[in-house]
This record gives sequence, structure tokens and C-alpha cells, in this order.
Amino acid sequence: MTVDDRAPARSNVSLARRAWNIRRKALQMGEVQGQGYIGQALGIADVLAASYFHALDYRADEPEWEGRDRFLLSIGHYAIALYAVLMEAGILPEEELETYGMDDSRMPMSGMASYTPGMEITGGSLGHGLGIAVGMAMGLKRKKNPAFIYNLMSDGELGEGSTWEAAMSGAHHKLDNLICLVDFNDQQADGKSTEMLCSEPLGDKWSAFGWFTQRVDGNDLDAVVAAMDAARNSDHNGPRVIIFDTTMCKGVPFLEQREITHFVRVDADEWGKALDVLEEGKPA
Amino acid sequence: MTMASMARKYEARKVTPKEERQATSAMIASLAAEGYDTVSAPFGQALVQAAKADERIVGLTADLGKYTDLHILGNEMPDRFYQMGMAEQILMSAAAGMAREGFIPFATTYAVFASRRAYDFIAMAIAEENLPVKICCALPGLTTGYGPSHQATEDLAIFRGLPNMTIIDPCCADDIMGMVPAMIAHNGPVYSRLLRGKVPSVLTRHKPDYKFELGKAQMIREGKDALVISTGFMTMRALDAAEQLAKDNVDVAVLHCPTIKPLDVETIVAEASKGGRLVITAENHTKVGGLGEAVAGALLTNGVAPKFRMIGLPDEFLEAGALPTLHDMYGLSVSKVVEQIKGWL
Repeated sequence: MTVDDRAPARSNVSLARRAWNIRRKALQMGEVQGQGYIGQALGIADVLAASYFHALDYRADEPEWEGRDRFLLSIGHYAIALYAVLMEAGILPEEELETYGMDDSRMPMSGMASYTPGMEITGGSLGHGLGIAVGMAMGLKRKKNPAFIYNLMSDGELGEGSTWEAAMSGAHHKLDNLICLVDFNDQQADGKSTEMLCSEPLGDKWSAFGWFTQRVDGNDLDAVVAAMDAARNSDHNGPRVIIFDTTMCKGVPFLEQREITHFVRVDADEWGKALDVLEEGKPA
Repeated sequence: MTMASMARKYEARKVTPKEERQATSAMIASLAAEGYDTVSAPFGQALVQAAKADERIVGLTADLGKYTDLHILGNEMPDRFYQMGMAEQILMSAAAGMAREGFIPFATTYAVFASRRAYDFIAMAIAEENLPVKICCALPGLTTGYGPSHQATEDLAIFRGLPNMTIIDPCCADDIMGMVPAMIAHNGPVYSRLLRGKVPSVLTRHKPDYKFELGKAQMIREGKDALVISTGFMTMRALDAAEQLAKDNVDVAVLHCPTIKPLDVETIVAEASKGGRLVITAENHTKVGGLGEAVAGALLTNGVAPKFRMIGLPDEFLEAGALPTLHDMYGLSVSKVVEQIKGWL
């Protein structure tokens, strides 16, 4: 199967517009709760657009279709971003957007497999996704299923030892159906990731662990798409990783310029303002 | 009661004469058979048999294939065996991932490493998702003289607090061979303790028609003076103690309770309600949070309050040494079980 055959990729809606739609939905959800990991959601929107509208094969009306590429969200608190793309992809109904974080919602604040169609695993206890991805990739190989496993993780999770157990294991078992996406926004709960527990030189680390490694600007859609294609099409006999350098709050300049923290504070009256600012940059 | 070896670091020791020495190392391979027939690697044998009939079954280990008898599967069905290396977190995560893809993974390591090092991965990747991963762990409780690094004296307490988790502490080879198919039939996560190597066959000698049933406690021996509710190899100790006590006209019943969770409350309450017997729990585990406290809770919440005592390990990090010495010291040996019961009657 070539990339262009995949159903979601056939749409004539541009990836830039998809990313914009994801940002808009995330901001709308943030407004509902008056809080949310909006900085991360805005930063990762381009990677999610390229994942769900270029790279991944799936059926929106059949989230557990056996042939689907599996997309694991290791970072549970990025759920707001994943809900946005799941709605954009038609896996979650957009009508439920305003239930975000409410009692009995299918979209709780932290992502859980048992609550949400399209949410493959329960993330949130960080450093879990890649290990589960390794097991799923082993399972797909046993079943001779040609699908890929994507695991989206944060740079903060690079501090967890389990991430590196999984990295070693993925290479040892030659899992060429495993693609790890690292969101490097250099922010974690207590400050800059590189100042908490520095993972640099990060590309060298992954390469040394036996992974086909790329590092690109995660807010440059062309670069993201090219890296996604290269990860999928590489003949490397092992797993693949793409490190995406991203900018927190991308697309809303007044938030981008705010003193950046892991949990961006947005005042009640600023959600509407952020949506207005986003509107000005609406792509075709 | 204690050698207090750990508090005497700077005190020189005398060498024991050769004929009196007891070795530590001989004890980690298997529990001494103590007069029973043994079965070689019952877990490995049962698993191979099950795997031949069910393609979903795979085995994963963290560098302890030989020490959990999983190597039997590895040797006979190498395609079903995954060596994950000395990495318990990926062991459990990968098992969860394989279960997500429709397999029934058996993940093996030592009980200390599963319960302590890999707990978060068992809790969140396996139990919270209710995935059918079967975690089978050697060296339960006090079955090695290596000291606290290898003695899983609190594993049952740790896993009892975990929702969705079924917990088994088998007595002997009969239990182990029976529990493997029962674990597969149960659609959810299971933590089971393992005895490996040459494992005694105990229960069928005392009760020829004994068959392991998940979630069921079974009377192995009747008796009117005391009721021992026991799990794991302490059922073997209780049965041997009961035979000795019978010679002194003390009549001891033994209720074997290999499933710790869910506990067979119905049988336990019914037996403990019968006619004024002293009720004693016996477990190869700290008295904190194990079978004893589970039984006590079940009895009290059901309005049953017999005279009640617990046999189990103290709330301490245990000493290193030879296993028979340690079992005597901590009250798990047959003679100490006899002594304790006599003292309480």
C-alpha cells in the first residue's frame, strides 16, 4: 500500500487547514474547562495533522479495525490534542466537544483507552507508551499484520528508564513496524526539560540504540510529512524515531510569547482572544 | 528467635564443622520435597501442553527463563518464547502490548521484581486495562536464603490492593498444573506465585481427587479441634503438622485456599462457623496484608468471630541463611507450626 492510497489522505482539505482545525478545537475545549494542556496541543497540532491525514491508515467508523495503524498516546495529558484530531478525523463526534472534562464525558482530562474510541492505551503514567508499543509491534509481527505502531511521547518521558528499556528492546527485536514520535518542546512540570534531566544529544542516543533517527522542525508541515514518509519507507531493519522540535502554543503569538511553562495559564477572557487570533491565520 | 546477623557486621564468626554445614545456595532451585514425590518443572510442562492447543499463548521472561521453568516452553516451542532481557518494565509493558493484539502472554520473573520494580507497569498497562496477562513469579515469600533482595515477603499484600488482579499462591505441583489452564480460561490479569524445579506433589496424596479450582478453597483434611486456613506451600506444612498433632490426639482440619483474590469467602465463613474450633491462618508471607488479614476481614464482616491466630512472616526484612534454619526461625517449619498450634489450643 502506498501512502496516497490511504483513505484519510485522499481528502482535498490541506494539512495546514487540518492543523488549524485541530488548534481551534483544542482551544474550544480549553475554553470549556477554563484550563487544559493547551500549550502542548497547539505545539503538536502539525504532527497530529500529518499523522491522521497523511501517514496513518484507519477507518473512522471502525476504530478497532484490525488493519489500522495503531496510534498510541503515551502522554495522557495531551488528550486534549488527540480528542481534537479524533474529532477532525470523524472518530469522535464533534457534537461532544463541549463535554470535555465533564462528568460522564468520553473525553476525560487525561487519556484513557476505556473511555474514548480511538484512544489505544491509557497514558499518563509516563514512560509506558513505548513499551506497550514494542509489545504491540511484536504482536502484529506474530499475526503477520503489516500495520504500523506509532507512539507519541514527550521529551519529559525521556527521563524515564522504562523508555530506554523499550528503546533497546525495539531494536533488539528488529521492530521495523514501530515508529516513535518524540515531541521535543523542552518543557516539563518544573521547567525546561534540558535543565531537569538533559537528554541531549538526543538523536545520537536513539541512533546508538539502533533506531533510524530523524530530527525535524515539528511545526514545519512539509518537513513533518517528509520525515513521516521516510520513517515509514526506510529499509532500516529496526524501529524508527522522529524527534520533532516544537514550539509551545504555536499559532497563538501572544501565548507563544508568554513565559512558557508546562501548564500555560490562560485567563478566562483570553480563550476568546486566542480563538480570534487563530482566526486571523486561518489557511485556505 | 533471630540470629541478628545483619546487626553483627563487625563480629568475627567461627567456621562450622563440615558435617554440620547448611548451604544457602541449594535452596533457591526448589523447595525441598520433604518426603513427597516430585514433578519436574510442572509450570513449564503445563504451559507447553496448553500452548500446543492454543495459538494465543506466548511466554516472555526477563532473563529468568531457566529460573521460572519458562525455558521448557522456549526449548519446545522457541517461536512462542520472547527473551526480554533483564528489564522488568519492558517485560510487563510488552506483555500488555501483546495482550492488546489478542495474545495470552505469560510473563515470568522473580516475585520481588514483579511486585516491586514493575508494579506501575502491571497496575496501569495490565490491570487497569483488564488485559489477560499471566504474571508467574518464582521465589515467593521465604523460599530463598539470599535475603530481602530476593525474598518476596509482601508481594501478596501489594497485589491484593490492585483492582482486577486475580492472585494465586499454589501449594504444590498439583496446584500448578491445574492453575495454568484455569488462568488461561480466566479472561483477565492473574498474578501467581511459582514453585519451580522439582516440585512436590502434596495435595493429591492427602486428597486423591483434589483438583485446583480458581476462586475455590477446598477442605483437604477434616478435624474438630482446630481449622487451619492455609495457602501456598504452608498447606503442605499444615498437613504435615496435622499428621503429627493427630498422634497427640489433636484433631486439625486444613482448608487450602490457593486463590488469595478473589477470596472464597463463602467456604471460609462456613468452615470457620463450625463448632468452636480455633481458626488459624498459615501463609508464606508477611502477616501484613496477606491471607490472614483477608480471612480476618471476611470473618468479621460476616459476623463470625472465632478464636483466631495467624502463622506467617513477621513485619521485618528477613535474614539470609539456609532455608530450613530460616523456616524454623520465622515459624514456617512443620515443627514450629505444631508448636504454635499446641500453644494456642
